[in-house]
Amino acid sequence: MKILLVGEYREGKTLGTCAELIEFASRMGGEAAMFLVGSKNTLPNFSGNLYLADSAGVGEFNPDGHKKLLLEVIAKEQPQLVVFPHSSYGWDLAPRIALVLKAAQVSEVVDLTEDTLIVPSCNSKLRRQVKVKTALTVVTLQAGAFTPQDQASATPHIIELAGAEPGTINFSGYEAAAAGGVDLSKAKVIVSAGRGIGKPENLSMIDALAKALNGEYAASRPVVDADWAEHSRQVGTTGQTVAPKLYIACGISGAIQHLAGMKKSEFVIAINTDKDAPIGEVADVLAVADLKQLVPLLTERITSG
Amino acid sequence: MMNILVCIKQVPDMESRFKVNAAGNWYEDTDLAWRMNEYDEYAVEQAVQLKEQVGAAELTVLCIGPERVKETMKKALAMGADKGMHILDPDSHQRDPMTIAAVIADYVRQHNFDLIFTGMQSQDRGSAQVGVLVAEMLGIPSLTTLVEFSYADGTISAKRELEGGSRALVSCNTPALVTCQLGLNKPRYPTLPNIMKAKKKELLTAPLADFSPPELQQQTVAVFLPEKRGGGLILEGDPAELAEQLLKIIKDKTTVLA
Repeated sequence: MKILLVGEYREGKTLGTCAELIEFASRMGGEAAMFLVGSKNTLPNFSGNLYLADSAGVGEFNPDGHKKLLLEVIAKEQPQLVVFPHSSYGWDLAPRIALVLKAAQVSEVVDLTEDTLIVPSCNSKLRRQVKVKTALTVVTLQAGAFTPQDQASATPHIIELAGAEPGTINFSGYEAAAAGGVDLSKAKVIVSAGRGIGKPENLSMIDALAKALNGEYAASRPVVDADWAEHSRQVGTTGQTVAPKLYIACGISGAIQHLAGMKKSEFVIAINTDKDAPIGEVADVLAVADLKQLVPLLTERITSG
Repeated sequence: MMNILVCIKQVPDMESRFKVNAAGNWYEDTDLAWRMNEYDEYAVEQAVQLKEQVGAAELTVLCIGPERVKETMKKALAMGADKGMHILDPDSHQRDPMTIAAVIADYVRQHNFDLIFTGMQSQDRGSAQVGVLVAEMLGIPSLTTLVEFSYADGTISAKRELEGGSRALVSCNTPALVTCQLGLNKPRYPTLPNIMKAKKKELLTAPLADFSPPELQQQTVAVFLPEKRGGGLILEGDPAELAEQLLKIIKDKTTVLA
């Protein structure tokens, strides 16, 4: 099988997802080449052919331009499988390619069997096994699903691609995440609030438990989106990545984006009314309870010794 | 007159306890509470805000699915959409993203929309493909994963959310399609008078066959519950006793109270 990996590069860096693509290719046991709009100064740890376009000329974000270059490489390589990371770059570009190639696209692949791909459904409560009927398949890989083994250091064989024209979408730069706020990465204990807190006033009980444990309070995405907590307290893919000694997830269902930000915590306690909540997958202890009852009681027990 | 479309999907409440259906290819759809896909709530809100901003505009809400999806469409009408187009398909759960996109694109070709809003993905299927595919089929630009949106004089200026919390500043001209990320705005709750008004709004239904659906490119061969990993302890019971148990666990298993 011939596989083409589509690497990801942003703000002057080749992203770590490239290693996951390479891991996926080695699990598939195919012959892999890589496409990257990036830079010679930061190459992926890859030993195959690397079709490299200079991002300085093409633009880091230029869907029409990247699409045109990638289609040229696909025409030359004739792969059966084109692999993207399931990321803001991958899910934007992959369907543009799949349509032109009349290829089925299977998104957020977490595993595979001999002739099927496995993807999550319903906030990871279900798995769906998918069979593709087209000659060429496009997939995007869930972040973290194909964790790379220790890979020997390698240098790709570079095949340079000429620049592309600007497309219909203008890209004028990046806005950094809001600076300042709380550095959660230093906290030994984090008590985190999810949608289950119900209303902003209940954040104070989360904060009280965090203080009783000499820790910081944090929040999952819905709580930050509702402006109940500031963005610097958000744990997850688009917030902070944390690894405290103790993480208490209160009313957090456990979307993959949240788990990615906290799964390295040493000990995880989840408090949730939903016994099937995906947070249970990473929790050492799941207390099935209404956090609004349990959290104040726990705070009281801790402070009274 | 600006012609705006918002595409929505009806999904089960994600807190539901899911069971695999008899065919083994999706979830059992009885005994579920249905709601609007959360991403689409942001899409509807943004579309309504745009309509309010430009004044001379008409907003259509489109939904594909069985009869029950009309209830979810009524919420979009109560939020401020002017009329609804229901594409009736009892088997929508077996369609792949390319089919759904082709049907939407076929509808759009008949109506010339200036701007199309969709959620960036659905909560149940999560392919994150349909919006981009529709735009590509129509040959118009698409901006995805938006957390900020503004419109002036035929130009959309927006911010795309990226991993790590930074954002890409992007723009394009209409006609265009945008896919909405969580947090883009604050979706409004329909008021009672607006819920009443929505009942009188036009809600047309047409069968899927009217929109030349293509053949499936992919098929679900099985749906199953993921294996439970690890041996996480599950505690249930009286909250006061749970608090006692958790305190002991924190003392025994961690050093944070040492």
